[in-house]
Amino acid sequence: MEFILQPWSWWFSGIMIAAIMFFLLYFGQSFGFSSNLRTICGAAGLGKSAKFFDFNWKAQTWNLVFLVGAILGGFIAREFLSTDAPVLISEATIQDLSKLGIAAPESLQPAELFGLDAVLSIKGFLLLAFGGLMVGFGSRYAGGCTSGHAISGLSDLQVPSLIAVMGFFIGGLLMTYLFFPLIF
Amino acid sequence: MKFIKFLLLGIVFGIVMTKSEAVSWYRIQEMFRFQAFHMYGIIGTAVTLGVAGVALIKRFRMRDYHGNPIMFNPKEKSVARYLIGGSIFGLGWALSGACPGPMVVNIGYGYWAMAIVFFFAIVGTYLYGLIKNKLPH
Repeated sequence: MEFILQPWSWWFSGIMIAAIMFFLLYFGQSFGFSSNLRTICGAAGLGKSAKFFDFNWKAQTWNLVFLVGAILGGFIAREFLSTDAPVLISEATIQDLSKLGIAAPESLQPAELFGLDAVLSIKGFLLLAFGGLMVGFGSRYAGGCTSGHAISGLSDLQVPSLIAVMGFFIGGLLMTYLFFPLIF
Repeated sequence: MKFIKFLLLGIVFGIVMTKSEAVSWYRIQEMFRFQAFHMYGIIGTAVTLGVAGVALIKRFRMRDYHGNPIMFNPKEKSVARYLIGGSIFGLGWALSGACPGPMVVNIGYGYWAMAIVFFFAIVGTYLYGLIKNKLPH
């Protein structure tokens, strides 16, 4: 039981993610999470104002069910499989983040971004909103997110996915090294 | 009932993403600062197995459980949309520390603030749908 409560190793987690991808292929679907964002827009009736959302979203119901499962999985992991211990990131990262005013981890997520005080501040709220906005806009523009491009696309040796993953890192490095010192 | 297998796979996904700490903002920062192997190990293992498995599926023309051939649709050729779209995605990924999957896993874990991030991800997708014809693809 002890090993379940500990954080899982990278290799076991990687094997499990590949297994999820193959199970989805076996069930006649493919692994791509951000499609759900478009499906939700379609289900909300936004196809009336933008043709992009006027599609047979009901055919994507399986992926919405997968999304509900992912929420349940997060809940189960917290309630039954976790100690909510601080994330053991490297000392170098702790040092870098402390220079930005973000303290060493006390749990899974930084209170500086996701705590109640942060969320209720104008700046904190805007950071979360812009983060989400860029993820949603960018993933659909690029035609996929980490699961669709970095896992499914690269597994199929697709050049477009490699370009997209390069883009993920261009954006991520710009945010980390250029914008974080200005934001925090 | 035909959806229950997807619910179970989603549950496994949520548990794996939590237990691997891939849902943590700290881990994404550590990745973008190249200060640990952890995230690269997770993605690298998944992709290595993925490449081998997809090659086998194609080589042996494997079928899914409906009996249909498992197909891989080549993504349309372009550079602009993947590079620009990917970069915008990366900006958001580093800032919020979550891509769309981990966002909802975090909500399940109890980080309600992620619901704000997820809501605005839906808004972002809607904005893309509104102006997509004006963007270079």
